[in-house]
Amino acid sequence: MAPAPSSTYSAITLNINGEKYALSVDHRTTLLDALRERLDLTGTKKGCDQGQCGACTILLDGRRAVSCLQLAVAAQGREITTIEGMAQGERLHPVQQAFLDLDGYQCGYCTPGQICSAVAVLEEHAAGWPSAVTDDVRPEAGPPPLTAEEIRERMSGNLCRCGAYVSIVQAVARAAATDATDAETAEAENTAEAVA
Amino acid sequence: MTTVTTGTTTAKGSVGTAHTRVEGRDKVTGAARYAGEIPFAELAHGWLVLSTVARGRISSVQDASVLGMPGVLAVLHHRNAPPVETDYIGLLGVRPDPTAAVFQHDRVPHVGWPVALVVAETSEQAREAAEALVVHYEEEPHDVAFSGSRADAYPLDAHMPAVSEKGDLESELAASAVVLDAEYTTPEEHHSPMEPHAATAFWDGGRLEVVDSNQGTTWVAGELAKMFSLDPASVRVRSEHVGGGFGSKGLRAHQVAAVMAATILQRPVRVIMTRRQMFSLAGYRSPTTQRIRLGADADGRLRALEHHCLSLTSTVHEFIEPGAGVARAMYDADAHHTANRLVRLDVPTPTWMRAPGEAPGSFALESALDELAEKCGIDPIALRVRNEPERGPVSGLPFSSRNLLACFREGAHRFGWADRDPRPGLRREGRWLLGTGTAAASFPAGAAPSTAVVTAEADGSFTVRIAAADIGTGARTALTLVAADALEVTPDRVRVRIGDSDFGPAMIAGGSMGTRSWSWAVMTAAGELRERLALGTGVPPEGITVRSDTSAAIGALAQKERHAFGAQFAEVAVDVTTGEVRVRRMLGVFAAGRIVNPLTARNQFIGGMTWGISMALHEEAVRDQSSGGHVGADLAGYHVATHADVPLIEADWVDDPDPEDPVGIKGIGEIGIVGAAAAIANAVWHATGVRHRSLPIRPDRVLPGATGAPHA
Repeated sequence: MAPAPSSTYSAITLNINGEKYALSVDHRTTLLDALRERLDLTGTKKGCDQGQCGACTILLDGRRAVSCLQLAVAAQGREITTIEGMAQGERLHPVQQAFLDLDGYQCGYCTPGQICSAVAVLEEHAAGWPSAVTDDVRPEAGPPPLTAEEIRERMSGNLCRCGAYVSIVQAVARAAATDATDAETAEAENTAEAVA
Repeated sequence: MTTVTTGTTTAKGSVGTAHTRVEGRDKVTGAARYAGEIPFAELAHGWLVLSTVARGRISSVQDASVLGMPGVLAVLHHRNAPPVETDYIGLLGVRPDPTAAVFQHDRVPHVGWPVALVVAETSEQAREAAEALVVHYEEEPHDVAFSGSRADAYPLDAHMPAVSEKGDLESELAASAVVLDAEYTTPEEHHSPMEPHAATAFWDGGRLEVVDSNQGTTWVAGELAKMFSLDPASVRVRSEHVGGGFGSKGLRAHQVAAVMAATILQRPVRVIMTRRQMFSLAGYRSPTTQRIRLGADADGRLRALEHHCLSLTSTVHEFIEPGAGVARAMYDADAHHTANRLVRLDVPTPTWMRAPGEAPGSFALESALDELAEKCGIDPIALRVRNEPERGPVSGLPFSSRNLLACFREGAHRFGWADRDPRPGLRREGRWLLGTGTAAASFPAGAAPSTAVVTAEADGSFTVRIAAADIGTGARTALTLVAADALEVTPDRVRVRIGDSDFGPAMIAGGSMGTRSWSWAVMTAAGELRERLALGTGVPPEGITVRSDTSAAIGALAQKERHAFGAQFAEVAVDVTTGEVRVRRMLGVFAAGRIVNPLTARNQFIGGMTWGISMALHEEAVRDQSSGGHVGADLAGYHVATHADVPLIEADWVDDPDPEDPVGIKGIGEIGIVGAAAAIANAVWHATGVRHRSLPIRPDRVLPGATGAPHA
């Protein structure tokens, strides 16, 4: 039951996975707890509640963030994407599909955070962002090769205690290759259309 | 009557074929709901309050002011909590750890002991009230100092005898051409599953229901029934998805506190441990101090083997980490002495953690074997070949199958071991010194009685019900494949339901015994069902159901040494300027019976090996001697391996048949960690020429050695 707005509660609207959710929240409520306890979006996991494990990773305005360190009241007006928003209907996101096919998990509890992180990693990489293991960090250098080492470095904020890192890295690499193939296919199709 | 199609689409061979997880789609979309994620109307939230002193008595709990805080419904503590029973033996043959029997007296035996539960309408209100609750203590001096020189250590028989002794150790050592005497230590380690322990308790029509995250619903339901003096049939525990366990998810304080609060308030109450609370409430692996003495002929044949392991426990419950047990299966010697001893301190009770005994024990023993190989001037693998026993070194029983040497042969070939120059400290790549190491692995292959229910549905599908737990092992998928083969149908016609104590008694996910034990029950019921269907009488609308109970079959199993074996290989690079150790590659080759699902099995082996990296280089819970509590009890202070620490790890297996075994499956959950830390430590020696006998191999421990200074 949502209490009325007061000095300790506020009525807010959250934009999550393209839908608007109106709710009244305790000012102390984290975005993670709002998702899990108030909106029944339990795909985002609470592993430590301290920003140390990455299980609660979501995308906030397209960038990854740990939702346990965000207050729900401060997330108004921002575009929130959770694991529930990754698939297109029945069609899994390429990262999700790769995790499924290559067994990029075991218990599954860190998985939504790993997948959200991986989706953002691929975008950050494509945008040319360097990491701590990137050799050439000049802005004009462009995206470095997406090696296993690059993936590991960029994914290191997400702990997996089952120890499924090897298959997670393989899944992220597979998804990156799928993305690249899709992009090339799309480019080829565009070129073909233009020529026609 | 519906005509069933069984028999027309005979299928076998699901076992042994890679199969993605049957619940995989739910896990990658966030649809899989874990224990703390099932919605309940009128749910109240409990927050545990833990002691801040290491020893003493609670003089007062100032609950009056907290009860007036917004939303607070109740404060439970030792003055108002209902009494519970602790004088019983549970499913695993041991008494409960009284830590779970919360709020029964005013004594405080360690920092982080549960002293109260605050229940409120919302988790925010419960947390604030719990943090505001003032508890006064009469503090007493505490003792948390663990060391190998404790005079009060004593041997404890637990699930194995404390001591085994064969032959005259001193005379064999005296007669040995080569002698090694070394002490090894491992630190306190924590399971740290990603999903914190969570339970929701409620009463429904006179039945107690608990939605929980645990490694065995039969186990937890049985413990709760005994503790609350309830008819076992009136307790139902469910645990559908479990976010890791590793030994920590049995009966714990949060379930008992939730049941107490739900009983008093007559509404659903959820209690979830915080990450910090897990460090004192969820169990852990004791630190160990181990002494190994080896005596050998010049060619490496062992004449004397002594392995002593000291671990600690709390003052309220005896749990022993049997590190010295691994030698009883691995190596024989004319004189063979092993002993596990215990010391009691003002600390939380440790518990089973992935490869209890074998993980720390193999670090010491397999490091010692490597040191002996160096002293004898022979190859570490050749040393193990030379000491391969015909029968159990202590029991004298035959091995059901022992393919350790096949693992070494295959592993050495794939790792490129033959090209290795055994001399240490020779390979340099810039600031990195490179080295390789190997170690053997073993873990018992046990089985425990379980029951299963298999139903042929009228629509031609099959439903398997078993109180198994899938804590990330892939058990749900493995049992689907096992059932499909036993029914001779394709896996898509089989639906496996697990994690519900109402399905009948079953073994826990633990001791690498789960899949072996459950598969046995599923194969038995499914096999009988297939025979009944073959009679062609058709399936009535309510289906045909067959139940199995493997108690008699397991009781009739011949007495043998039953173990999985493996060979671990690691290559490391050691930075001489920072002391950092990086694992560059690992290979594990295992002999673990029939591999049910290669996809998930490989992942699980690699997961265990990843734990080996973590154990070798990172994990160490530090206890502050003055407060008696932890320093940095969280995932920033307690380091577990992350992506950047873990290179490409390969795991594979060799044939390991046992025609006399009805299921042929050995567990694989634990053997991946066994020997892994030793392989890494041995590789660090090969890189630097310095032996590291204390884990983790931290930079500050590496630096003096890497620069040629004496080893600290």
